Amino acid sequence: MVVKTLPEFPVKKGEPAYKLWLFEPGQKVEMPLVFNLRQLAETRRPALLPGHRLCAGCAAPIVVKLASFAFRGPTIVVTATGCLEVSTTIFPYTSWAVPWIHNAFENAAATASGIVAAVEAMKKTGRLPYEHVDVVVFAGDGGTFDIGFQALSGAAERGHDFLYILYDNEAYMNTGIQRSGGTPKYAWTTTSPVGSVLPGKMENKKPIAEIMVAHRIPYVATATPAHWMDFMKKVRKGIEVKGPAFIHALSSCDRGWRHDTALTLEVTRRAVDTCYFPLWEWTPETGYLLTDRSLAIARNPKLKQPIEKYLELQGRFRHLLKPENKHLVKELQELVDAAWEELLRKASNAPR
Amino acid sequence: MSQQAGWRSLPKAGVAFRLSTDYKTGDWRALKPVIDYNKCTKCMLCWLFCPDMAIVWDGENVVVNYDYCKGCGICANECPVKAISMVPEF
Ligand SMILES: Cc1ncc(C[n+]2csc(CCOP(=O)(O)OP(=O)(O)O)c2C)c(N)n1
Ligand code: SF4
Ligand code: SF4
Ligand code: SF4
Ligand SMILES: [Mg+2]
Repeated sequence: MVVKTLPEFPVKKGEPAYKLWLFEPGQKVEMPLVFNLRQLAETRRPALLPGHRLCAGCAAPIVVKLASFAFRGPTIVVTATGCLEVSTTIFPYTSWAVPWIHNAFENAAATASGIVAAVEAMKKTGRLPYEHVDVVVFAGDGGTFDIGFQALSGAAERGHDFLYILYDNEAYMNTGIQRSGGTPKYAWTTTSPVGSVLPGKMENKKPIAEIMVAHRIPYVATATPAHWMDFMKKVRKGIEVKGPAFIHALSSCDRGWRHDTALTLEVTRRAVDTCYFPLWEWTPETGYLLTDRSLAIARNPKLKQPIEKYLELQGRFRHLLKPENKHLVKELQELVDAAWEELLRKASNAPR
Repeated sequence: MSQQAGWRSLPKAGVAFRLSTDYKTGDWRALKPVIDYNKCTKCMLCWLFCPDMAIVWDGENVVVNYDYCKGCGICANECPVKAISMVPEF
């Protein structure tokens, strides 16, 4: 059972195209955040290899790829059950260029807690050959809002030092687009059907990032892969901070959201432009701070787009654009506006 | 002493041992991204965003690795100068 060598792809300058992450014991690791993309392309390789079987145009691998560009050195990845985990580790293959573990659907945060405890014990007894080993979790909305929530809440309360990245595609995609606690109101899913009786899901989306803020952990943020610099900065902060950190990344699923595969990033960009999914970060010291495009919108409210701009790209909201459902769009717009106004009141860097 | 086998001799169940780079996803593709190098400004956004790590920076240019490209069209959509066109494979 020998791991085959990675495919050669002619690279004239810089690292080979595909690479496993190997760190010599005792090696001094310097991995600063790099935003110059050519420099990044010549010096870094993502933690995810090609050949994974996520759908064409899925945002989840982009979330992982961008996050891994912000890792600071030896990193262990934990994934909860879901599309990302299943499609990157179809036996006997793995797409992970870093140490990776999957345990079960509900316990990614508990698994990460155990790894962090082991790393700390090894450090204490002088058996850790690295200055630091970081633990990063990637889990879907089902594995976070719903079934994985008690593990996550417990780990946050106990204060284990890891970064938890929620890639939120707003439904149980891997098992066929069932609604979750992360599915937004009036979205179509296979278990919140649209017809003459119901206009999609009737319940609100849980405010998961705010729930994590309520745990008073050291770092909470929202992000999208389209706002890549903002996302990479947040990942690095989440890793560097001592204690649990949580990033809620909106991650479109073209199969379940019913949009063209090419529009994956456009959709998440519009989620921010319409203030449906504002970008912010929170620490106990600073409170809420708006970031990137959401800060720009706060400074210049003319940039804020109507919610239709977000809905119109996605088949899961198609029914809302029918004339008889105008009142539902109006209701969604009011929900978005109320949440945005509340965020503007809470954020200390919002103009007053 | 017990003659039972230790954990070291257990089969590696559940341990993925081959890299997915051995699995070529290029045959999923219906549309093929083609880069017009006269237009490309080497901004690297296609390289950054490709979900399949199928755009490679070779040190001088961005090059598509068709072994893995699934033809999603994200690169073409994100390219600021529209240097990538999606061409039907069939
Ligand atoms: C305890 C348990 N219940 C149910 C399942 C079946 N299951 C596998 S993946 C999945 C959906 C995962 O949804 P989510 O966490 O949102 O990730 P996504 O697939 O959407 O990325 C379900 C229900 C399971 N593996 N384990
Ligand atoms: S079903 Fe959705 S989340 Fe799952 S791999 Fe496909 S696009 Fe990605
Ligand atoms: S079409 Fe999609 S998979 Fe192919 S190179 Fe472009 S972004 Fe990558
Ligand atoms: S996004 Fe367009 S301009 Fe930028 S490197 Fe790719 S092909 Fe060239
Ligand atoms: Mg999901």
